Amino acid sequence: MKETLVKVTINGKEVAKEIESRWLLSDFLRDNLGLTGTHVGCEHGVCGACTVLINGEPVRSCLMLAVQADGCQVETVESLARADGSFNHIQQAFANNHALQCGFCTPGFLMSLKSFMENNPTLPTDEEIREAISGNLCRCTGYSNIIKAVKEAYALNC
Amino acid sequence: MKPPKFSYLRPNDLAEALDLLAEYGEDAKIMSGGQSLIPLLNMRLSTPRYIIDIGRVKELHGIKEEEDAIVIGGMTRHVDVEKSELIKEKCPLLTEGIRWVGHTQIRSRGTIGGSIAHADPSAELPCILTALRGEIVVASKEDEFTLTPEEFFLSYLLTSLEPDQLIKGIRFPKLNKNSGYAFEEVARRHGDFALVEVAAVINLDKDGKVAEAQIALGGANAVPFVPLETEEFLIGKEPNETILKEAATLQLEDLDPEGDIHGSKEYRRYLTGVLLQRALHTAVKRAREGVVV
Repeated sequence: MKETLVKVTINGKEVAKEIESRWLLSDFLRDNLGLTGTHVGCEHGVCGACTVLINGEPVRSCLMLAVQADGCQVETVESLARADGSFNHIQQAFANNHALQCGFCTPGFLMSLKSFMENNPTLPTDEEIREAISGNLCRCTGYSNIIKAVKEAYALNC
Repeated sequence: MKPPKFSYLRPNDLAEALDLLAEYGEDAKIMSGGQSLIPLLNMRLSTPRYIIDIGRVKELHGIKEEEDAIVIGGMTRHVDVEKSELIKEKCPLLTEGIRWVGHTQIRSRGTIGGSIAHADPSAELPCILTALRGEIVVASKEDEFTLTPEEFFLSYLLTSLEPDQLIKGIRFPKLNKNSGYAFEEVARRHGDFALVEVAAVINLDKDGKVAEAQIALGGANAVPFVPLETEEFLIGKEPNETILKEAATLQLEDLDPEGDIHGSKEYRRYLTGVLLQRALHTAVKRAREGVVV
């Protein structure tokens, strides 16, 4: 099977690789580039754990071929922490509010919320936060603490 | 779950895409946003030999205004429609309905042409297009023509699109003066597939009576259902609550939804009536607010 060249900028770093065209972006990130922060849950676009940003917009990386990302800017959860390794405001708010338990779904929540907070700079209502995280499933913490964390993330970001 | 092996073809313009379709169409699937196709590939429900990725076909991107319609290129993403001020002003039913399509993460990749071509009977866009009496612009190497939703949607996930054809664009008629619109849906969670959904446009004459009624019911039958008798019943009548209530339940027996764990056949039928009454109520209210005497 013919391989296809993919050139992408991942977390600010340019990457060029020849890959099989059937590779999903999620598997390309994890297995080919070792960026295992992006988690793969349902692999058919339901759970949101694999959410990454493509040109700043949230996308399910299991519903995208890596070759489709050619020429795009990709951001994964690995890009969130500050240069000194400390948490960014969303990560810190999640830690402070017990917004995760097993943590499997967390990378997806964090990436969805990064985009949401950039597009909605003022504190949203609870309803709007619920809508913003409706594409991400959490199976252990429940969502109340995640909503609390989002509100605190807004406060920390001031 | 991983996609099966396929050859990946990525045309750069429409002519090249149509050439590839003419050559490989029988063994190929077109990929636009991939939000329905990739799950099918992942689950190996579809195993095409060729994938033709039309993402870079410039002619298929964009939103254009014509005299009586908004024409949206097949590759235009849901999010671009959702954020379009032009569509909000000229075709507000589409703006209202598109927010129900999947979640943000789906709408940032999913396309208008993809949703129409996938022809899921519980999807929002086929229902909205049917209510608006829009048209599908189909292109092949030889030909370009338009189809009505009735001609295009044949059954569950089945359309009249031939292997060498693709959706070039979709024509959504603009909302007329003195018209109101509404979209109603019930899903288990916002963004999930609809249990049932209703799209309606009501046009009032200068006396406040119904001049035109355009309704589509989604999720209940194999294709979006147009309740013609209900539309005719409404025409010429003063749309008060009694009339709207009667209209909403007139054709529920014609619906044949499939019952499952999320809702029985009877429940879905009943729900369609409730949503239709709500949609008619809102559409009439909006038409009255906009009436220019």
